[in-house]
Parts: sequence; C-alpha cells; structure tokens
Amino acid sequence: MADGFRLNISHDLAERIGQHGAETFPHECCGALLGRDSAFEENSSAEPAREVLELFPLVNRRDDSPRNRFAVAAEDVLDAEKAARQHGLDVVGWYHSHPDHPARPSQFDREHAWPWYSYVIVSVLSGKPEDMTSWRLNDDRQAYTQEQIEIRNRAAV
Amino acid sequence: MAVKVIIPTPLRVYTAKRDSAEVSAQTVGEALGDLTSQFAELRKHLFTDDGKLRSFVNVYLNDEDIRYMAKEATPVKDGDVLSIVPSIAGGSGASDPELA
Repeated sequence: MADGFRLNISHDLAERIGQHGAETFPHECCGALLGRDSAFEENSSAEPAREVLELFPLVNRRDDSPRNRFAVAAEDVLDAEKAARQHGLDVVGWYHSHPDHPARPSQFDREHAWPWYSYVIVSVLSGKPEDMTSWRLNDDRQAYTQEQIEIRNRAAV
Repeated sequence: MAVKVIIPTPLRVYTAKRDSAEVSAQTVGEALGDLTSQFAELRKHLFTDDGKLRSFVNVYLNDEDIRYMAKEATPVKDGDVLSIVPSIAGGSGASDPELA
C-alpha cells in the first residue's frame, strides 16, 4: 500500500462507480473522476490530498473488445475536462471495471497509463460490484503504486 | 517560430506545475523536441523507447489533430498553439499477466 497516496471519495460516488460497472456487465465501464488535488490549490496545506467530488460516466469506445478493454477518446477527455471546469474541478483520474476479473491493473493498463491520475478499478463478479482499488503510475512507468481509498460520508476538501 | 504548448494536467508534475510552455520550432516534431529538452522528464511519457509518439498521446495544432495533417512534420508558425491531449485506455486484458 502507498506511503502517502490517498483518494477520498464519498460513499455515494463509490457506489455509483460500482453500479456503472454492474450496468455495463459483462462489458467494461469507464468514466472520469472529477475533483480536487491539493497540489494545484493556492495556499495548499502541507498534507497532500485528493478528493473525488463528481463522476463523469463515459461510453466505452472499444466496441471491438469491450469485455476486457476500455478506451476514452481524446474528444471525451476534452468533454470531461470541460465538465470539470464547469464545476470548478479538475479531472483527477479515471475509473473502469474489470468484469469477472480482480481489481488489479493489467500490463495493458500500465502500458497505457498516464502518471499523476488516479486509476480506480472495480471488480464486477457475475454482475455484482465487489472490490474497488485505486492506483497511480510510478514516474518510471514500470509499476503502479496502490493508493488507499478513503470512503467518507460527505465531501470535505 | 514561437509556439505555445498546452500541458495536460497529468504532466504538470514535470513542468513545475506550469500549464503551458513556450517553444521555438519549425515543425510539430521540433516543438515537442524543444519541450522535452526544457522538461526532460516529459520524454518517457510522450515517446516510446524508440522515439515514437505514444499511441495515447494526441497532439492538436490549434484545433486540428496532427494525425490528419503531416503528423510530426507538420509546419508551425508564430503564435500557433499546440495542445497535448490524453486519451485513456486499459482493461483487464483477460489473459494478460497481472502486475503486483
């Protein structure tokens, strides 16, 4: 588990990610995590903090292989960034589901990952959302660091 | 030619939090070369080990995707704006080996 990386999210939003994965099962779902990261705040506190405050569900563009792949096109990324700005937020990461597969990043995930973003994965087993994990790509692109998901009852950044 | 490059949020950790940079170049490829010489840590996130632009890195010259122009050979002029826009991909990969 990470030393330092932590992702705060409300119970409601965490449930919605799981529900999105259940709705698209046996296909993968995907979407953007809109929120705040203290690194980009003025007068940020010493404590690094990242919080998800809204979701932006997207359509999986990989209609050739939607059971084990997902893709978000650049146009969708721009839409997500626009939605974030309208809420006064940033895109702080992305979520996707692993249907009938553990909530661990695959090699394919790593090869296509960006640094800094939080990558939330929810495992959906037989249509039911189970484990949820979050990961950040290391600077050297060789591995991920798992970040702790802290589920809160209400938002507070 | 003086060109502005818009840096996407996930790469701002490598540009001292700056959201744009000024580069001097004749082509898109030169602009990205100048950018990565100013901010060396960007290189491995934009380019593969053999120097090709990564598939999930999209570059727009003003509002046009360079893939539909002359790609990295596309000429640039003073005042142009280059935007680096991520696309996002992944997935369980079913039989792909998992990483710890």
